[in-house]
Amino acid sequence: MIWVAAFFTLGVMIWIMAQVLREGLPLLTVDFLSDSPRQMGRSGGIFSTIVGTLLITAVAITIATPLGVGTAVYLREYTREGRISRLIRFGTDCLAGVPSIIFGLFGFVFFVIFLGMGWSILSGGLTLATMILPTIISTAEEAIKTIPKSYREVSYALGGTRWQTVAKVILPNALPGILTGVLLGVGRSVGETAAIILTAGSSFLMPTSLFSPIRTMAIHFYILAREGISMEMAYATGAALILLILAINTAANWLLHRYIRRLEG
Amino acid sequence: MTKEKFLEKFLLFIALSSISILALIAFFIFEQGLPLIWKKGLASFLLGERWYPSQGSFGILPMVVGSFWVTFGSLIVGVPLGVACAVFLCELTPPLVSMVFRPAIQLLAAIPSVIYGFWGLIVLVPLIRDHLGGPGLSILAGSLVLGIMILPTIISISEDSLRALPRSFKEGALSLGATHWQTIWKVLLPAARSGIVASVILGMGRAIGETMAMIMILGNAVQMPHSILHSARTLTTNIGIEMGYATGDHQQALFATGVVLFFIIMGLNSLALIISGRRRS
Repeated sequence: MIWVAAFFTLGVMIWIMAQVLREGLPLLTVDFLSDSPRQMGRSGGIFSTIVGTLLITAVAITIATPLGVGTAVYLREYTREGRISRLIRFGTDCLAGVPSIIFGLFGFVFFVIFLGMGWSILSGGLTLATMILPTIISTAEEAIKTIPKSYREVSYALGGTRWQTVAKVILPNALPGILTGVLLGVGRSVGETAAIILTAGSSFLMPTSLFSPIRTMAIHFYILAREGISMEMAYATGAALILLILAINTAANWLLHRYIRRLEG
Repeated sequence: MTKEKFLEKFLLFIALSSISILALIAFFIFEQGLPLIWKKGLASFLLGERWYPSQGSFGILPMVVGSFWVTFGSLIVGVPLGVACAVFLCELTPPLVSMVFRPAIQLLAAIPSVIYGFWGLIVLVPLIRDHLGGPGLSILAGSLVLGIMILPTIISISEDSLRALPRSFKEGALSLGATHWQTIWKVLLPAARSGIVASVILGMGRAIGETMAMIMILGNAVQMPHSILHSARTLTTNIGIEMGYATGDHQQALFATGVVLFFIIMGLNSLALIISGRRRS
């Protein structure tokens, strides 16, 4: 019975991806990827939405990575379990559970209105950064935790200061694990819709600066499907999205495996 | 101040970012949402059945009930499947199978919610419409899709708590002559109970918070749902649909919906933390 449940789960997952890929892959041509949307997305391609996705993800990662890794280093190397670390952990756990639409509302009042950034790549990217921060913190913390104690002891025995130990021993050794977390953050950013539809606008024009509004692939897919603009285009965009997510996930997995093997070997 | 001291302070400052962001989120959502709740009264906002923004009546009871039904439905689908998968991963899989299965579960978590929504829309909705009647866009379709979406949360946390059990539990049961199945059912699952409950609560949080997939398959009618084949609107989809054009009181009412959602999620998170924390000590 448990085998049935497990294979049912696996089956549904394959069904979901196969459904989109079967209809979408044949439409996924070089022209489709390199042409910009025309007639509200009824024809043309998705080039500007790919650019939008990349830019907004880049902003999110650039902001969230230093914050996340810094937090993990502080929690693991600079402090013992105590009031402050419990507070930080509580904040991270809660932040991880906040629904993306709440991040969207927050991004809208804070970045778009209060800080006056408007619907833009910057507002969307910063909103995403706050959203992926818990993921990056927890994976970076795991990565730092798995570094053997002896590495630190050697560094301190050689007269290394705490910061030297972090910069020269901890971070280089934790790098693959940290990158895995960053890639997971990239995956979440690429697939996110609720938080950025309220903060990045949905214009499919080519962005000219970080203050331009944009439309990501996921939002383009959502609008095409929900407003019934073009099922064909929706399938093709969905297929591109799934392939991208697959690639990101495979890379994250590969990194993690290499990392574990190196620590064991 | 020496460089070392400065860096330590700087890292502490960075480390406080997550809790500061949480505080900022709470502050700005409350600042926008609370005035409307004061103006209309908490009771009439939470328990009002009429949501007609153009006439100034903002009652979110249909959405609260909608969220409840969809979440409850998703747990009926997701909990048995998720716990079974966790047991499968811990106790039954040959290593080769788990090498395929584990990345598959990660992938399940990585698939964007709009893809789930799309799949529900083109596969489940027509199926339900043709075989069970109703508009197809329904609580049933939403629950099924959400049930799958919360699987990764339930599986990974349940699996962790099963793995954390001492080996002696299993060995003891087996040596007393219990079958493998009896060991799982009577010893391992009860022993891992608190972790499994925590996973279910976190899964519930995910289900309540899901927006885009639900907009695509729930039909979004503002009505008190009377059957699982009816269309419904949840707290999240209410925000997602109307935020694009709302202004004034209407926009504040959506933020107020966010306040309610925020309280529900914080309550669930704290509950899960308390339950899993008790296990640790």
